[in-house]
Amino acid sequence: MTPKREGAWMGSAEVFAYTHASEPYHALTIVAPDVCARAQPGQFVAIRTPDDRSLLLRRAFSIHRVDRRPGWAGTLEIVFDIRGRGTEVLSKLRQHQPIDIMGPLGRGFRMPKEPTNCLLVGGGIGAAPLHFLAEELRGRGHRVDFLIGARSADHLLHPIEAKRMSITVTFTTDDGSTGKRGVVTDVLPDAIVGTKARVVYACGPIPMLRAVAQVCARMKIPCQVAWEEVMACGFGACLVCAVPVRLSSNGNGEDGWGWARCCTEGPVFSASRVHWERVEVPGTPAHEVVG
Amino acid sequence: MSQAQPKRGRFVERSAPDRRTEFKPKLGVDLNGVKFSNPVLTASGCFHYGREFEPYLDVRKLGGVIVKSLSVKPWPGHAPPRGAEVTSGMLNAIGLQNPGVAAFCDRELPWLLDRGATVVASIVGNTVEEYIRVTDRLRNVAGITAIEVNISCPNLEDRSRMFSSTPDSTSAVVRAVRRVATQPVFTKLSPDVTDIVAIAKAAVSGGTHGLSVINTALGMAVDTESFAPKLSTFTGGLSGPALKPLALRCVYQVSRAFPDVPIIGQGGIWNGADVAEFMLAGAWAVAVGTANFVEPSASIRILDEFRAYLVRKGVREASALRRMLKDG
Repeated sequence: MTPKREGAWMGSAEVFAYTHASEPYHALTIVAPDVCARAQPGQFVAIRTPDDRSLLLRRAFSIHRVDRRPGWAGTLEIVFDIRGRGTEVLSKLRQHQPIDIMGPLGRGFRMPKEPTNCLLVGGGIGAAPLHFLAEELRGRGHRVDFLIGARSADHLLHPIEAKRMSITVTFTTDDGSTGKRGVVTDVLPDAIVGTKARVVYACGPIPMLRAVAQVCARMKIPCQVAWEEVMACGFGACLVCAVPVRLSSNGNGEDGWGWARCCTEGPVFSASRVHWERVEVPGTPAHEVVG
Repeated sequence: MSQAQPKRGRFVERSAPDRRTEFKPKLGVDLNGVKFSNPVLTASGCFHYGREFEPYLDVRKLGGVIVKSLSVKPWPGHAPPRGAEVTSGMLNAIGLQNPGVAAFCDRELPWLLDRGATVVASIVGNTVEEYIRVTDRLRNVAGITAIEVNISCPNLEDRSRMFSSTPDSTSAVVRAVRRVATQPVFTKLSPDVTDIVAIAKAAVSGGTHGLSVINTALGMAVDTESFAPKLSTFTGGLSGPALKPLALRCVYQVSRAFPDVPIIGQGGIWNGADVAEFMLAGAWAVAVGTANFVEPSASIRILDEFRAYLVRKGVREASALRRMLKDG
């Protein structure tokens, strides 16, 4: 008899704080000790939209930060921009209001065992899970450097926090309003060399992940990418969030591939496992239900 | 019905209201020989093969599990994006991704049976021959209570039209499956037809034991910012509460035409009252679909609510509801 599976915590939690430090990002801090106790960087929570029953599905948000100081009920923070009705409703939540959450879900970033130089590469809102990751890596004695890109200066996610948590931070913006003009992959090779990085963690839009993976493959640096794909359930039942991956042991050594579920096998994948030739990139994310 | 026994008198019945809350309604249903311990099953494609739900519910407590549709060989399904939320519903274009019937029998079925689930195997194919071969693999397989034939699948031998869209292709598939199957056969009808009663009739003439009513309805959604369809396939199956009135209408029409053919009603069931609504419209049992995605323990909550509903209404037998719809 196979052992019983452990599930995510599911229930009504309480909003501890809503913050909207600057456009376009909104943040909710949620009191959820059971989720926090088990949460790993790169994992996500699935949240039901309050009040509006016409919005059926849970929305997936990567865990931006976790605070589990002894003696306090653990809190976690999610960050989002408004992409539709669901995130708009969530941005109206305030302190003490209930929020239906499920988590932690998915498989997070794998962390090195020995002290290692880690380069964290984020694009736009994709930098969100990297803050949690940076805290955990630092706590285990790893060196953390950031490379963060965005459309413009105001789209850089918490740049001051990123500076606080790392040895060096490099910013790029499409319009040059802060840091170097361009995209993260323009400066990635130099950043890898400059920080003596031995592992790269990336989260952001799929074209960025693809470009980061190519640079890392060329420079023979292991790379993990946190994927974003439309989800319906978040726990592996619906097969909506399909990600094409190479199958390691198909025997014939050919184009062995299959779909992995972003929500359960991911959202963090080794970049070398993703079957990039089969990754299709739509013009923009089709929907706000993303991992 | 719990009409007062003449000898006890009305006074006794009214002064002892707790007697009504004491009774345990009979939840078990008998679909002309196919028995479920209660009328709440989980719908195909919305419960995978059950394992993901283990932390959230006990599959033994479900009336049954209708597993994700099985094909002869593994099917990869469609490219993403495969899902989109719409008002009170969702669209999907999974493309019937499944590991194939053999892998199901080897890897998934033993787990379900080990956990005590009542299993209904949903099957698909792109040709009548493929339906026959899946059914053949399930012949005499222990623990398969019934077969549900998913005919909402492109027929490669007929310009990829859905089997479900014509009476002829419906009865052809059902007849072929019926000939090979050792288990009772249910046929799952699509609402995307001119006259669902005509399709139901074709399934019945093909020898179906019962009907699952309904599958998803074909829908579409477009992202107006990017001008892109929200599904890689442009169109996909609509499920969830948005589908419920349509599903109820279909159950009602089919049950009126074939009162003796068991119907498993499905389409947007979200709470106990929804179950009652389907059974009043003529369903013998129901299956919970999209609700499982939002709330993995939904089907058990729905069953509990349905039980409480029966008690509150003084209905002693779930299956009695089928004959309780008032005329006009």
